Amino acid sequence: MERRALLKLIATATGSALFAGNAFAYKDLRPVPISETLFSQTDVALFNEMAEVIIPQTDTPGAKAANVGETMAILVTDCYTPLLQKTFKDGINTINAKSQSTFGKAFLQLDTVQREALFNELDSEAKAANLANKVWQGVETGKPSQWEPGTDEPTPHYFTLLKQLTLYCFFTSQIGATKVLRYVSIPGKYDGNVPYKKGDKAWAT
Amino acid sequence: MATNEYDAIVIGSGISGGWAAKELTEKGLKVLMLERGKNIEHIKDYKNAHKEDWDYPHRDLPTQKMKLDYPVLKRDYPLNEKTLGMWANEKENPYTEDKRFDWFRGYHVGGRSLLWGRQSYRLNKEDFEANAKEGIAVDWPIRYDDLAPWYDYVEKFAGISGNRDGLDVLPDGIYQPPMPMNIVEETVAARVKEAFKGTRHILHGRTSNMTKGKPEEGRVHCQYRNKCWLGCPFGGYFSTQASTLPAAVKTGNLTLRPFSIVKEILFDKDKQRATGVEIIDAETNQTYVFKSKIIFVNASALNSAWILMNSATDVWDGGLGSSSGELGHNVMDHHFRVGASAEVDGFDDKYTYGRRPTGFYVPRFRNWGDDKRDYLRGFGYQGSASRSGWRKDIAEMGIGAGLKDAISEPGPWTIGMTAFGEMLPHHDNRIYLNKNVTDKWGLPVLAMDVEIKENELKMRKDMQQDAVDMFEAAGLKNVQGWDATYAPGMGIHEMGTARMGRDPKTSVLNAYNQVWDAPNVFVTDGAAMTSGSCVNPSLTYMALTARAADFAVEELKRGNL
Repeated sequence: MERRALLKLIATATGSALFAGNAFAYKDLRPVPISETLFSQTDVALFNEMAEVIIPQTDTPGAKAANVGETMAILVTDCYTPLLQKTFKDGINTINAKSQSTFGKAFLQLDTVQREALFNELDSEAKAANLANKVWQGVETGKPSQWEPGTDEPTPHYFTLLKQLTLYCFFTSQIGATKVLRYVSIPGKYDGNVPYKKGDKAWAT
Repeated sequence: MATNEYDAIVIGSGISGGWAAKELTEKGLKVLMLERGKNIEHIKDYKNAHKEDWDYPHRDLPTQKMKLDYPVLKRDYPLNEKTLGMWANEKENPYTEDKRFDWFRGYHVGGRSLLWGRQSYRLNKEDFEANAKEGIAVDWPIRYDDLAPWYDYVEKFAGISGNRDGLDVLPDGIYQPPMPMNIVEETVAARVKEAFKGTRHILHGRTSNMTKGKPEEGRVHCQYRNKCWLGCPFGGYFSTQASTLPAAVKTGNLTLRPFSIVKEILFDKDKQRATGVEIIDAETNQTYVFKSKIIFVNASALNSAWILMNSATDVWDGGLGSSSGELGHNVMDHHFRVGASAEVDGFDDKYTYGRRPTGFYVPRFRNWGDDKRDYLRGFGYQGSASRSGWRKDIAEMGIGAGLKDAISEPGPWTIGMTAFGEMLPHHDNRIYLNKNVTDKWGLPVLAMDVEIKENELKMRKDMQQDAVDMFEAAGLKNVQGWDATYAPGMGIHEMGTARMGRDPKTSVLNAYNQVWDAPNVFVTDGAAMTSGSCVNPSLTYMALTARAADFAVEELKRGNL
């Protein structure tokens, strides 16, 4: 008899429950390095700059400080379908191309005002395109991986993908959740009638 | 080998198996508890319990690989990073679907007691009598009063928080103080009560999340983290690990053997008694035999039926307990995913603190009292009110600082509720062994042939419209009814596959959950349910198990088993 199998049988003598075997309970998921994504550190830096236009630093940190570009690279690689990946990657190229045609410069060379102008335009374009294509309402704050291969759900505009990823990666980050929103790890109680005044931040979850 | 013999074997370590182990060991029996999956040790193995959202590489989203690995799980919410590994491996443990059936299984010590919704309600008097009155299926062999003291008993030990509301439709139990409603829920509850003249009620949810600690058991009251499914390091809610397993271990009478897939119950046809079980070690593929005087089958409704179907087939083609022709039949679940949502004005100066792991409950009001519908039975609602957070959808939401500000403040109050409806037992809603498909261990798998029928479909119309009516009567705005559709199994309340009854010709189990054909075999999980009620069923499994264990030990003493 194998030692482990035997071990499982010994417990009665001592009367204690025997906890044999490997405990693979909840998966201990390791971080995903950028080298295992479809993207480079250069791409991550670019995503961070783009995300910062959507969620900028104000009196609280913005998207770049939360390094949302890295999380975006991981989510696009692992959670997106191939179609969404292509839409997203082509979209990044399109943003650069539009930057060139409008301002004669790559996106990273634009100043803050130019970046905002470009993204405001893209945001309007994306909203119109989503409406025309019957993309579901609320897509901007939706979850970035709900699409499945083979579904006939319409693909959102590429800028919507960028925006959705930015919001999701930012507000689920430690900086977004604790420095911009509010978060208490162990509340210890529930109070269903707390005064609120305009300007108080929302709970992260 | 002496260590292969026990007084009792408990198959399964989930909600009912844990209770069986506790009760039998505390009464002095040497018990072997078999669990087909891995061990999970309380606190130590809750690896994600102290993680935050940002600690997950994909921020809790399912990856495309996870979707490929879990084609069933991905059909609904349970597929996520936080609980990955806590649901049965679908490739190793397949099943087949004559009709779509979403089967969400927890194959590990504690079973779905680590993954349950924790809502804990008693069946009412009518639930036990309706089958007989209406000529549906067969009569329950017990009545509410038979189970009431056992409800008391399990509620006290498990630690249920809730309010005593004094309604016949939702019998009160032994409760810790309820988790509070928030100001909006209280307000809507008062308006609904007035509008419906006390015939519809919005009540505090009754949940196994504790509002008072049980220091003598090493359990702390709920910390309002709402991370129950990650395993609670505070023991704040009822699970096998937090509650029944430590009690059983303390007796010195328990042996727990993980990675033990029960292949069959061994049956002595001369004595008409089970003699033990044969198992396959899930890791080594070796088979072992364990002997015992009694066996408690607590493998969850469908798997308990599977074990019976795969046992004593030399005596009955359909397996142990099949002589009635009802084994594997009468599959029930609760049909749900239909209800309404609304916005609530006037509370912009109010917010909440803490993440409450429960909500409100609306007990059944259809076909109750003077109410009469064109279908049988009824439904209850679970719901809650809250202020939306950053996920809210803001029309004309642009980019930049304005977006950031708008989205990082709480949005309007919303309220929503989903109905859970009773599903009638039908003989032709069944599961059976599919011998053409085998699992990783070469065992035949279950085939599912279950659907909701006319009674449920009619009920669903009310389940949506009544929710709309209640919110509109409460003066809420943007009231929207919805039906997200339902497939059997999604309720994760499988029941009925080895029903209790009064006659061995029409039921699998008697009034004490004994298999008619093998009185030393007890089935006390969801399989035993003769009808489904519309309330969450786990508390009833606990009560049935404690009652049956008490009876079993008395019968052993009397020499009847």
